[in-house]
Amino acid sequence: MAVTETSATEAPREFQSGVANSVLHINDVHKSFAGLHALSDVDLAVREGETHAIIGPNGAGKSTLLNVCVGRLKPDRGSVTFDGEILTGKEPHEINQLGVARVFQTPEVFPDLTVLENVMVPALSKRDGHFTLNPFKRFGAETRLRDEAEATLKSVGLQGQLTALASSMSRGDKRRLELAMGLIQHPRLLLLDEPTAGMARHDTNATIDLLKQIKEGGMTKVIIEHDMHVVFSLADRISVLAGGRIIAQGTPEEIKNNPKVKEAYLGDEEV
Amino acid sequence: MFSQSRNDWLLFIGFSIAVLCAPILMEPFGGNYPDLLQKLAIFGLFAIGFNILFGLTGYLSFGHAAFIGVGSYVSIWSFKLLTMNAIPAVLFSVIIAGVFAFLIGYVSLRRSGIYFSILTLAFAQMCYSLAYSVLTPITNGETGLQLRALRTNPDLGLLDADIRVLDQALGIQETSVPTPNFFGLQTSGYEGFYFCAVILIVGFFIAQKITNSNFGMMLKAIKSNQNRLNYTGIHARPYLLAAFVISGMYAGLAGSLMAVTDPIAGAERMQWTASGEVVLMTILGGVGTLVGPVLGAGIIKYAEQKVSSWNEGIISDFFSFLPAGLQDFTASFVSLFVGEGWHLTLGLLFMVIVIFLPGGMMEGFRRIVGLFKRPNDNDTVSNSATAQPAE
Ligand SMILES: Nc1ncnc2c1ncn2[C@@H]1O[C@H](COP(=O)(O)OP(=O)(O)O)[C@@H](O)[C@H]1O
Ligand SMILES: [Mg+2]
Repeated sequence: MAVTETSATEAPREFQSGVANSVLHINDVHKSFAGLHALSDVDLAVREGETHAIIGPNGAGKSTLLNVCVGRLKPDRGSVTFDGEILTGKEPHEINQLGVARVFQTPEVFPDLTVLENVMVPALSKRDGHFTLNPFKRFGAETRLRDEAEATLKSVGLQGQLTALASSMSRGDKRRLELAMGLIQHPRLLLLDEPTAGMARHDTNATIDLLKQIKEGGMTKVIIEHDMHVVFSLADRISVLAGGRIIAQGTPEEIKNNPKVKEAYLGDEEV
Repeated sequence: MFSQSRNDWLLFIGFSIAVLCAPILMEPFGGNYPDLLQKLAIFGLFAIGFNILFGLTGYLSFGHAAFIGVGSYVSIWSFKLLTMNAIPAVLFSVIIAGVFAFLIGYVSLRRSGIYFSILTLAFAQMCYSLAYSVLTPITNGETGLQLRALRTNPDLGLLDADIRVLDQALGIQETSVPTPNFFGLQTSGYEGFYFCAVILIVGFFIAQKITNSNFGMMLKAIKSNQNRLNYTGIHARPYLLAAFVISGMYAGLAGSLMAVTDPIAGAERMQWTASGEVVLMTILGGVGTLVGPVLGAGIIKYAEQKVSSWNEGIISDFFSFLPAGLQDFTASFVSLFVGEGWHLTLGLLFMVIVIFLPGGMMEGFRRIVGLFKRPNDNDTVSNSATAQPAE
């Protein structure tokens, strides 16, 4: 709640000075894999509370950019800062503890744990920090935490599968589970890598509704998405990545009408 | 699913009763003698602890026998220097094994998978060879560390004469070389078994708590998807180190009980075969289950005692119903697998389990129970759902 108020009161200043109110700064990031420039000169500022979409053709470097943000990859040059903290060089768990959660492109869950356990683990991590030695505290005995986990699972539509093993779920359900794993941490920044890929239209719409709801809560989101329907329903601003470079940035309207974007990306899809 | 604490208690009580009744249960199998019963309890404890690391986190250590050795040596030293009472021996063994586990774990856990296993193996082999070389003033080398009479001649070293300062201060009289005791109760024979049995039950209780705790869930999450866990804000390494130290302490405890029930310590306990054996026990019984490792330990130790005591004569008698020529052939073939050939049997058993029943005996039981449940699936599900809260 406090977050919403802040961004509301400071909104005018934000408009005056472009990046003043941004929480995530990606500064001049380069990353190459054996000579392949996956990212070059990438500068990006994500404002507090906004939903920032990153679009671009396959292999443009979108996932690589998120990997640099969460500490999976070290950039060759440049840095990423989140709310004044330099993320570059930090371990993934440290970055998460700062309030950055990530939903992966290929669903990453705990296959041998139940759906409820999958969500309880990030909830415990959020509450107890990166390490707590409590070998005698019964898992699941704290009803408040469990109720919250169940409520989160309900919000993504998985309430009927609490005791199912995650490995037995469909790809679309795993995605929703991963979304719940991110949401239960109430992250300040949620990074979503194609959260609706592989979902049926109906589920995609449900996910859009859910993400819109969270937006009202003031959570900052970066979303990579191929589905233009999703992008234009959710995004406040869009960055277009092609060949590892940001070729355009702006509001959905601006991007729709940008000839460079049409050529590089939108041309071969729809519009 | 979370209101299982009643089921946990039932499991615990059932386990305790089975352990305390082990002499009766082993009677029909010809296994009711203290030496074997003690072994069952001690290796059961070792396997329970090993399972906290291997079963929960999936990290396979090939060096846990080193902590058995540490536990044994520390206990004997406690007997030599302080008192014949088993309690300080057990406590010191657990603590010092924990310190060793911390150091070895700290280094080995820099790597995962096969590299972790190899590092633990290397450390254990180092401990083993150190015990025979540089550390002989502490381990007494190949002779093994033994209890001695109290020092009367001040020229004698501590390997050849004991001091037992606590017992001396308390004015406890010693005639010849004393035996370990638990406040006057001896810790060999059946008393020794019950001493170990009570500790096994406590060890089981603690392992059960750990398995069902928040901490235990993190260990299971490490096994399931360690990479994901990192991005969930959990630092896996301290969890792994804690699990490594806890399982090392269980191993130290087991080593200590070996010394308590039979006060001599030798480095052969640290050999890699002993580390490998506990892996077999855990897999045979059922990795990641609470009861499985104890079951596996029991079966392997029982079979070892029985099978390795058979010789060609016994086998030949057993096959006496066959025609003479066939009897000789069968007997000489089977005798390959008994006596000295016990490890051959063990290897075969292990292969059969891993290929046909990778979840171990516990999975076997579950399958058997499943066979009986299958026909009226809906009934049993609703029955058990309603029956459980009523209990
Ligand atoms: N770990 C890696 N090693 C080598 N090449 C990689 C790696 N990750 C990504 N790439 C390459 O970098 C480019 C960008 O990949 P990616 O960021 O996954 O694209 P996308 O925009 O589709 O998410 C691709 O050409 C891909 O093959
Ligand atoms: Mg991608």
